[in-house]
Amino acid sequence: MNKTGIGQRVRRLEDPRLVHGKSRYVGDIKVAGMRDVAFLRSPLAHALIKGVNKPSGYENQVICAEDLNGVSPIRAESTLPSFRNSEQWPLAKDKVRFAGEPIVMCIARNRAEAEDLVELVDVDLEALSSVITPVQAKENKSDRLHEDWPDNMFLDFTIGKDMPDIRDQADVVVKREYDTGRQVMNPMEGKGVVAWWDSQAEQLIVNTSTQVPHLIRSGLADCLGLSPDMIRIVTPEVGGGFGYKCVLQPEEILVAWLAYERRGAFRWLEDRREHLTAGANTREHHYSVTAYADKRGRLLGLDAEVTVNVGAYSVWPFTAGLEAAQAGGNLPGPYAFDHYRCHVMATASNKPPFTPYRGVARPGVCFAMELTIDAIARAVGREAWEVRAENLVPAASMPYQNVTNKHYDSGNYPESLRMAKEAIRFDEVRQRQKTPEQDGRLIGVGFATFTEQSAHGTQVFAQWGLPLVPGYDEARIKLTPDGGLEVAAGIANIGQGIQTTLAQIASEILSIPTDRIRVTLGDTTTTPFSTGAYASRGIVMSGGAVSRAAEGLAERICNLAAHRLECEASEIRLEDGQIHGPAGTMGFNELAISWYRRPDQLPAGDGNTGLEFTAFYKPSVDTGVFSYATHAVVVSVDPQTGKTELLDYAIAEDCGRIVNPMIVDGQAIGGTAQGIGSALYEEVIYDERGQPLNSTLADYHLPGAAEVPHITVQHMETLSPHTAHGIKGVGEGGAIAPGGAVINAINDAVATLGVEISRIPATADHVLQAIEKKRTQKTLKSQHSSEEQPNETRAV
Amino acid sequence: MKPVRFDYVVARDSAEAVQLLRQHGDEAKCIAGGQSLGPMLNLRLARPTVLIDLHRAEDLGLTEQKSDHIVYGSTQRHVDFEDGLVPDATNGMLQAVASRLAYRAIRNRGTVGGSIAHADPAADWIGVMVGLDATYQLRGTKGLRDVPSTDFMSAAFMTMLGSEEILVGVSLPRLSKAARWGYYRYCRKSSGFSEATGIVVADPERGYCRVVLGALDIPPVALEQVANALAEKGVDEAIACTGEAVNEMLAGYSDAKRQLFTVVVRRALAQIGEQ
Repeated sequence: MNKTGIGQRVRRLEDPRLVHGKSRYVGDIKVAGMRDVAFLRSPLAHALIKGVNKPSGYENQVICAEDLNGVSPIRAESTLPSFRNSEQWPLAKDKVRFAGEPIVMCIARNRAEAEDLVELVDVDLEALSSVITPVQAKENKSDRLHEDWPDNMFLDFTIGKDMPDIRDQADVVVKREYDTGRQVMNPMEGKGVVAWWDSQAEQLIVNTSTQVPHLIRSGLADCLGLSPDMIRIVTPEVGGGFGYKCVLQPEEILVAWLAYERRGAFRWLEDRREHLTAGANTREHHYSVTAYADKRGRLLGLDAEVTVNVGAYSVWPFTAGLEAAQAGGNLPGPYAFDHYRCHVMATASNKPPFTPYRGVARPGVCFAMELTIDAIARAVGREAWEVRAENLVPAASMPYQNVTNKHYDSGNYPESLRMAKEAIRFDEVRQRQKTPEQDGRLIGVGFATFTEQSAHGTQVFAQWGLPLVPGYDEARIKLTPDGGLEVAAGIANIGQGIQTTLAQIASEILSIPTDRIRVTLGDTTTTPFSTGAYASRGIVMSGGAVSRAAEGLAERICNLAAHRLECEASEIRLEDGQIHGPAGTMGFNELAISWYRRPDQLPAGDGNTGLEFTAFYKPSVDTGVFSYATHAVVVSVDPQTGKTELLDYAIAEDCGRIVNPMIVDGQAIGGTAQGIGSALYEEVIYDERGQPLNSTLADYHLPGAAEVPHITVQHMETLSPHTAHGIKGVGEGGAIAPGGAVINAINDAVATLGVEISRIPATADHVLQAIEKKRTQKTLKSQHSSEEQPNETRAV
Repeated sequence: MKPVRFDYVVARDSAEAVQLLRQHGDEAKCIAGGQSLGPMLNLRLARPTVLIDLHRAEDLGLTEQKSDHIVYGSTQRHVDFEDGLVPDATNGMLQAVASRLAYRAIRNRGTVGGSIAHADPAADWIGVMVGLDATYQLRGTKGLRDVPSTDFMSAAFMTMLGSEEILVGVSLPRLSKAARWGYYRYCRKSSGFSEATGIVVADPERGYCRVVLGALDIPPVALEQVANALAEKGVDEAIACTGEAVNEMLAGYSDAKRQLFTVVVRRALAQIGEQ
């Protein structure tokens, strides 16, 4: 057995340097003569820029929009129906559209002095009325973000048809409204870029903390009016991406422009305050859902409205349309039903532009769908897990084409629910609930099941009409003179362990151990093309390309070795780090030496094709392969403070063939920690003028170690029929389900109080208010006869 | 997020610190552990031109034990209390408070005096010291003076400290063996700032009983009615009258706030019942 191949618990190759603080992030890069920049960011959410006064004597160190000769704005068009495009100037021109938008760039010897300079710049702003909430965006057509639009809608279209028959036929109708708060992604390392002009290479060198180096090169070339070959993007270590670093950032354009224009070295490092304000760019959804079911809770149809409050601009290349379109397409989740309609809207508002965050849209849709399933279960008086199990796509129906034409390739969804239910010891929880807790807390248990569309490729992105559509990923592999391997792929290493897992795939095929495999990633000069690390695609796409390249190299190795071992190439086996023929064995180093140093040992003629191979890969079906999981959680709710504590957490997940079980666990647990943040803690609060009110980590609460319980992860391993080795992506799933699972558990706990939570984060304040409101209502009810029912449930 | 330019001077003792304050006037700011001032400097909310470091002032790091009280030097760090590196006068209350104060990394540097002088109402010591009836020793140009903890804080981030004065010590009466205390802080996440704190100290032998609301947006508030009920009638009676006392005291606050403060005081009282 190959000890470092696919499925092995190989320790991450990147960890020794990372945990010893020996690696290099953007902030560690030092270049002679490097200058720091700081930005004057808009203090207002919506205003006209009437003038910028540069402090005298510093004109050359203070840059505003008018100074950016040759720079084009970010334009990210989508061909989705009804889509309206925006133009985002890297430094705001004429108008600012969110608090935190850069207006002026100041340059100095260090960041502190650059910030001193920022304080000297005088910007004259004329405040405009702000559009903050999706409701304001829909109703307010006079205060428009983009003047040439008739209203504030980025996107407004409907998927599917009305379902009058279902309406008549349904035994039960459940109507709910759901909200998810706007969040900040908070990677440990914020954005950062260092750029300089390399006179020898005649290239602009841009070191940037990004998930998508090859894309950034295209985007920068467009915005700077340079040919792509004049730009080299280098990705140093990236301290977390999560989607925040998968789009072209205005600051990247500005620092690169400065380096090109002045032929010098410039740096910007995002600080946490900038991140928490200007980077508050994700998760804000509103749902209005009507579900039709039969009397057992079998879902017949779903009629929904999804509004994503996208913010000011369309980001490149993923656009302002992706999140809402994906929400509309993914809302049906893992469930089998035939009637679906969804009104999809994306509203423009005076907030930072939406960027796809781990899970993209699905944490929202999973939250909405999973709460709806539980609401149906309550309406028909059954256990939520039973109703969930009966609605899930059964294993026998795989592969399954769902109501929005998603091709679910393989798996056993009900089995993951069963496993999670067992792992959380559901029956014991139900038993415990029969006796009141001594300290007055309420106990609840909840589930969420979801699918994670991963590695969706050309067909899907082309359908969304993005400016840049991913196709084949490339990888190059080479046998080195000492019998080791060099693997190069254009994807970025963003903490997901892709250096290790790509090495494992190469090791699987060539049998060379991973400690002899050097993996180079994320540099547009030294690695072949990849659109990058996003959409849970890396291990499928780059992994597939490495697999193909390794197979190609294996063939060349066998051809050459056949001569040395005096046999047919087809008789050669690559095992245990050696090359075996029927009558003899040789080391990879011996073969490599004959190619690199002793070509006289090789046969003369055409057969000698080298020890390097480049391969191109995309799956046979490129609409995505679907991982899935069920999360189950036990909570306690303190009805006197509203505070929720997570007592136990279990995950049963299936991401196809597991390349490294420890890395899959890490993805599931890390994603879940972020999802717990969405569920209970994280939200950027805005005042009515669009000012973010929690701009430090003392006010914006992230879950810490004490807030994340022990998480049990169980694996299933149903291979995808469409990918190399049957692998599916697993980067996002952990973050998708916690909102649904945790709130379902809270609602189970507070059901006895008649309370139902329908928004995240379900902060203690929010839960306490909901409980208090119910108490007041009950008092009123004893005085009056009727009770207001905010959530309608009709049993016909 | 980098501070504006400032000069940095180290005070060797409290007298020199006062001297430096006098010399630099309003432009100067004292720093001890820097766990509150550091972020404020970086956010440019605090903009002193001179930073006077008290961290190495030797006399501020001393502890003085007397028969009926202990004086803690103001630069004793939170970990000194947490790890039992200083003598205890409170039957373990200081240790319990210190061990839940923010994060260990903050406790490693943050000081008791720094926290009190900063007077963030949500911070822990400022309320606990009122509960323990501490007296603060301040040193100014005219020498030492004592200010009771109940009078020290005038409003959020506002204290009786003069512009040429520093907090040098915290004097705590020794609790008798039979004394009991309760401490309950409500925060949305562990190690976050408290949003409501209930503090109870009952020392019948010394005839002392105090119940305090901490983490309001104003200085700590003593609930005399509840303290009297506790001293005279016991824990159950004290718990029973808490709701009314809190509602009265916090008349201008929201229902949810009043509810929270009632809960934390009741839970702090309940801890006394369990002891």
